[in-house]
Amino acid sequence: MNEMRSPDLTLVEAQSEKPEAYVKVKDLEVRFVSREATVKAVNGVSFELKKGEVLCVIGESGSGKSVMMRSLLQLHAKKRTRMSGEMRVGDHDIMQATDKQMSELRGSTISMIFQEPMTALDPLYTIGDQIAETVMRHEKVDRDAGWARALELLELVRVPSPERRLKAYPHELSGGLRQRAMIAVALSCRPSLLLADEPTTALDASVQIQVLVLLRRLQREMGMSMIFVTHDLGVAAQIADKVAVMYAGRIIEYGNARDVLMHPEHPYTRAMLSSTIKDQDRSTPLDTIAGTPPDLRALPDGCSFAPRCKYAGPECFEAMPPEVTDGRNHMARCVRVSAVRGLLAFDPGIPAAPALV
Amino acid sequence: MTDVIETTTPTPASRDRGGPAQPMLIVENIKKYFPIRAGLLNRKVAEVKAVDDISFYVLKGETLGIVGESGCGKSTLARLLMYLIEKDEGHLVLDGDPVGEKAGVPLDGLRRSLQMVFQDSYSSLNPRLPIESSIAYGPKVQGASAKSAKEQARALLEKVGLKADRFGQRYPHELSGGQKQRVNIARALALDPRLLILDEAVSALDKSVEAQVLNLLGDLKEQLNLTYIFISHDLHVVKYISDRVLVMYLGQVVEIGPVDKIYEDPKHPYTQALLACRLSMDPDERVDAAPLAGDPPNPVNPPSGCRFHTRCPHAEDVCMSKMPALGDALRSDPSEHLAACHMVHAGSGHSKAPNPEVTTLPLWQGEMR
Repeated sequence: MNEMRSPDLTLVEAQSEKPEAYVKVKDLEVRFVSREATVKAVNGVSFELKKGEVLCVIGESGSGKSVMMRSLLQLHAKKRTRMSGEMRVGDHDIMQATDKQMSELRGSTISMIFQEPMTALDPLYTIGDQIAETVMRHEKVDRDAGWARALELLELVRVPSPERRLKAYPHELSGGLRQRAMIAVALSCRPSLLLADEPTTALDASVQIQVLVLLRRLQREMGMSMIFVTHDLGVAAQIADKVAVMYAGRIIEYGNARDVLMHPEHPYTRAMLSSTIKDQDRSTPLDTIAGTPPDLRALPDGCSFAPRCKYAGPECFEAMPPEVTDGRNHMARCVRVSAVRGLLAFDPGIPAAPALV
Repeated sequence: MTDVIETTTPTPASRDRGGPAQPMLIVENIKKYFPIRAGLLNRKVAEVKAVDDISFYVLKGETLGIVGESGCGKSTLARLLMYLIEKDEGHLVLDGDPVGEKAGVPLDGLRRSLQMVFQDSYSSLNPRLPIESSIAYGPKVQGASAKSAKEQARALLEKVGLKADRFGQRYPHELSGGQKQRVNIARALALDPRLLILDEAVSALDKSVEAQVLNLLGDLKEQLNLTYIFISHDLHVVKYISDRVLVMYLGQVVEIGPVDKIYEDPKHPYTQALLACRLSMDPDERVDAAPLAGDPPNPVNPPSGCRFHTRCPHAEDVCMSKMPALGDALRSDPSEHLAACHMVHAGSGHSKAPNPEVTTLPLWQGEMR
């Protein structure tokens, strides 16, 4: 017995020592095809995420951040979606996985928290039933064991009087408690990758902090990797190790949270930060980004932000700028950005051409 | 043009009835208790004290920000002001005239002067009407001809930054969130109101779009001489847009005052906790413990005494037995800063309350000491 098992063990050890990325996405493209048009939702996204790291994906609505994340769970309708590229989570090849393999992965290895807990939870079942269902499905245990685990989980996410809350229906809970219940469902099978799609956007500021502190603690204790989608830069600052800024289906800036949020280099990230309201002078109008996000059915050839960019020149409209990466692994896709002495630097170049609106 | 209602072409003089010193809106001791009915005979078994004895005023041309957690009664208050739900008790005075009373402003007059923009920009527009018709609907109901209402709607679309030729015939689902909210603002302006209630009007928008809509609101306020009541849970936005701020907790006002005083020197522990919930942009300044634990208590059975004492770090015996008074919000000066907390009232019995002898003296004497 021992002889037979030993090679397996060494293999496991070797794998865990390898500093290899846990989540690997390469050149991911997602197209939604309909009779009228093809929507280019994700256009070549690549990133890697280590075990226990938190990646925050920031972008406006329509930037493809949610679509990218849902691809990791194959949640798009197969018939109308064309996907290409590579996606790996641990040993699992998401691109090649069959439907059966995917339904094994969903909720166990990879699980997800949605923005609106009221629509994500089933109104006809109690909280206890919904947590126990996931546990019973993936860990093949009976109902009693499922409910016992559900109680543990509600205690873990710090729901007050959890015994009573197990028998409650979603409508009987406040927004904050519902979101905690959903986190409990998502964590029920100890996922190694947690996807969170704007989980705090619908919550009050006071409850938002509670949920963020909780998520960060659980993520650290369980050693999960997490991909967290948000449009709120303040939320990203609270939770992210790495930040990726998406625009028109591409990552246009990526790096350590502090590098991106405190020293943004891409004009879009800069504009987004300066249009975020925080202690601005009341007598002056707020900075805004002129124009509207591009139509994903007809993307321009060049940099997709160029039509709204203060610093755009003719070269910006020719081709998508290549990635520029510095020594700290801070990346920006902009022709005005270059790596100077190991750090990214932004040079406005020819004095600001007026933005084309 | 005889069928155009008067209010579409007002002169400032005809609109301003009470003079500049008269507040735009006075809200006096307004209350709304929602009954909870149960049992065979559908008898009232309890009440939700959604809005519990609130008084304040809004000056002409100012922006009053209202903040508080969800469930504190902000939106119920807004709906009471609009008469979308009937109040149980209390009075509204619009520019010197009592509302809904004999010899006062009738309700349709109120609705012409007061308009509201809701949070959910999609569900507040009729999905089966082109936006132009949605905007023209109100003036038509109030007596304008179809033609003039449509012309006005197109002018309003231009005013909120949407090209009437391109957008007028579109349906709500063909617009982005920011564009829909612009349409809602245009529709609210169609009856040429004097006071606009913005109930979480920018909360559902992306940050860059939020800034655009806030700039638009600022421009419109100046052009059209508007007064705003701005309800939000985003304290950064409230700070930017408001002149005065009112903080609500469980159906009551806990603090009111000029925006700078509230943000720089919050008196009520609830306000202090709310302000601490603002997130920093710096990943090095992370919050380790939530400033406010738990959810607000159930408004069916609000805690005795000060309603915040269950979550307050400074709570003492007096807080559980005696409800702290806010002070007279109606007769106070707009520059005054009032808080309903035993810690600010001298002689309240709280250990952190100021010494009564010092503070009952006029301020200049206090400084002399």
